[in-house]
Amino acid sequence: MFAHMIDRDWLWLAGEFYLVGFLLGTWSLVRGGKPSTVVMYGLIAAGYLMQWIGLYLRGMAVGGCPLGNTFELYQFTAWSATTLYLVVGVAFRGNLLGYFTATLSAALTLTSLAIPAWDAARRTHIFGGNPWIELHAALALFSYGVFALLALTAAMLLFRNYSLKHKRVGGWYSFLPSVIDLDQISVRLLGVGVTLMTAALAVGSVYWLRDFATVNYAKLLITVAIWAAYAIAFTLRLRGRLVSRRFAWTCMILFALALLSLNPINSSRHPEPVSSRS
Amino acid sequence: MSAPANLPTGFFVLGASHHQAPLDVREKLSMGTETLEQLQTELNQLVGLREFAVLSTCNRIEFYGVADSPAAVTGIESTFCRLQDYAGSEFAKYRRQRHGVDAVQHLLEVASGLDSQLIGETEIFGQVKDAYAQAQRRQSAGPVLNRVFQKTFHAAKHVRTHTAITSGHVSVANVAVDLAHTIFGDLAQTKILLLGAGEIGEKTARAFQSRDVGGLTVASRRLERAMELASSLDGTALPFEHLERHLGDYDVVVCSTSAPQPVVTRAAVTAAMRQRHARPLFLIDLALPRDVDASVAELPNVYVYNLDDLAAIAEENRSAREAEISKCRALLRERTATLWKQVESLLARSPAAPAGFTDHKTSEA
Repeated sequence: MFAHMIDRDWLWLAGEFYLVGFLLGTWSLVRGGKPSTVVMYGLIAAGYLMQWIGLYLRGMAVGGCPLGNTFELYQFTAWSATTLYLVVGVAFRGNLLGYFTATLSAALTLTSLAIPAWDAARRTHIFGGNPWIELHAALALFSYGVFALLALTAAMLLFRNYSLKHKRVGGWYSFLPSVIDLDQISVRLLGVGVTLMTAALAVGSVYWLRDFATVNYAKLLITVAIWAAYAIAFTLRLRGRLVSRRFAWTCMILFALALLSLNPINSSRHPEPVSSRS
Repeated sequence: MSAPANLPTGFFVLGASHHQAPLDVREKLSMGTETLEQLQTELNQLVGLREFAVLSTCNRIEFYGVADSPAAVTGIESTFCRLQDYAGSEFAKYRRQRHGVDAVQHLLEVASGLDSQLIGETEIFGQVKDAYAQAQRRQSAGPVLNRVFQKTFHAAKHVRTHTAITSGHVSVANVAVDLAHTIFGDLAQTKILLLGAGEIGEKTARAFQSRDVGGLTVASRRLERAMELASSLDGTALPFEHLERHLGDYDVVVCSTSAPQPVVTRAAVTAAMRQRHARPLFLIDLALPRDVDASVAELPNVYVYNLDDLAAIAEENRSAREAEISKCRALLRERTATLWKQVESLLARSPAAPAGFTDHKTSEA
């Protein structure tokens, strides 16, 4: 049965696991209970495994890291965020991070699967056999995954702040982590994301400096703008100038912009060998 | 004292609690350690009382046991009243008795906190455990009590884990501590400042101190009072005049002064927040009139709760717990039914009294 499954089948399956996580979590919360951490972790881990298989098959088909179209970029971002959740989620036992991760991963995975135009054309061998460029792209996209998880912890920080300011600490708000915990994990995620993106740009710049003609200025400008915005937010947060609600909103808005930038970044690439989807 | 016809035999519970006995009666029924020891010694010698355990708390005095005859149960009552110097006829007005499956259900509800004055409180669980440990130590617990108490502890844990009966605190002081947890997580690094030496402030400070906070400081207009209170709370004192300069050093400020004007101003908090970078500030205003300027609540990363806010949360928690009672009772009824079958079979068998129990009684008989 599994032998006949193509990459998209696996990715659909992954999306469905994430969706079940989201639905189960919502059902628990509506009933006034707490989503089971173990069940949520299990569903996300299962979804992650399916997505990993799907992306591996896609990678084998396109001859490199599958980052050749908007569909693949969204899938890779969701996969990166999930990878990170599976690592840091252990420290967040008994709270809603799993539920939020399942929601985001389901949204990114299923949205990209539901829009055929995003996967209408596959680019193969987009890195031209250059492992450094492949590393650059993978690091950059992985940093987007980190920023995705950051957006989730920032959203949780906003909910926590709202609950405390409006004196609504019961119900599902009681499952949220403390302000300090959310702030600390957010700062760490921001630091990791900025570091990864800096490394991605550093690796890319070595290649660009060698062959400046291949540089796509629109893509460079957008990427550097996103990196600079996150770096500035990180600096301001470390200096205590961007805190609490403003910090959380900044992280969420920046991720929305980063997500929106995926399409123009992908479109601004030089034409590469294209294979239409079977 | 003559034995009332309806006194239970077999497995029973006899006693009085806050449900029937008002505070002044409970004061008279409350037993000191020495009296309790004496009572247990005398009950050990009571003919017809196979097993027993005494649960004595500030809100209840209850005797759980297995009796061969109503006379044995009457014996408990008369021994207790004699040692407490309390009229048996008066005690009869307040005491309640249950036997068989009802007594088992009662014990399960007591241990789960369903029968407590503060519904869902967990202290009673420890008190029931102590009562059972005492009975074991005195060898007055036999096969029936062993089975009933052990299963009771499992059932109480099950109820606490699977329902919201213990969720959320119902006292203002503990609600304040819970909120601090919600803001700071672990309180081991959290510094508390108690502003003023009012009673409710002191209570709240003690609630914080019981959770091992990072440090506690007391500031009062009367420095000697601040030092006195700080010493009793194992904290330090701060001259009131230094408040504004040091406000930023504290994570939680408990205000309970009798000042007619706010003592924590917006300007002072704004300056403190500059010092604190991203660390939040939690202001608990227990004073009337209020100690914290109302506009302080608008500042980012500052959380202000007054007495009404805390009381509203405590009330919400209490209602939530009450709403869980029927769910808990249903869970406990299932457990009681299973347990009662086991107890019945133990009671039906010839009594296999614990070591020492039979010998001791035989020697007294």
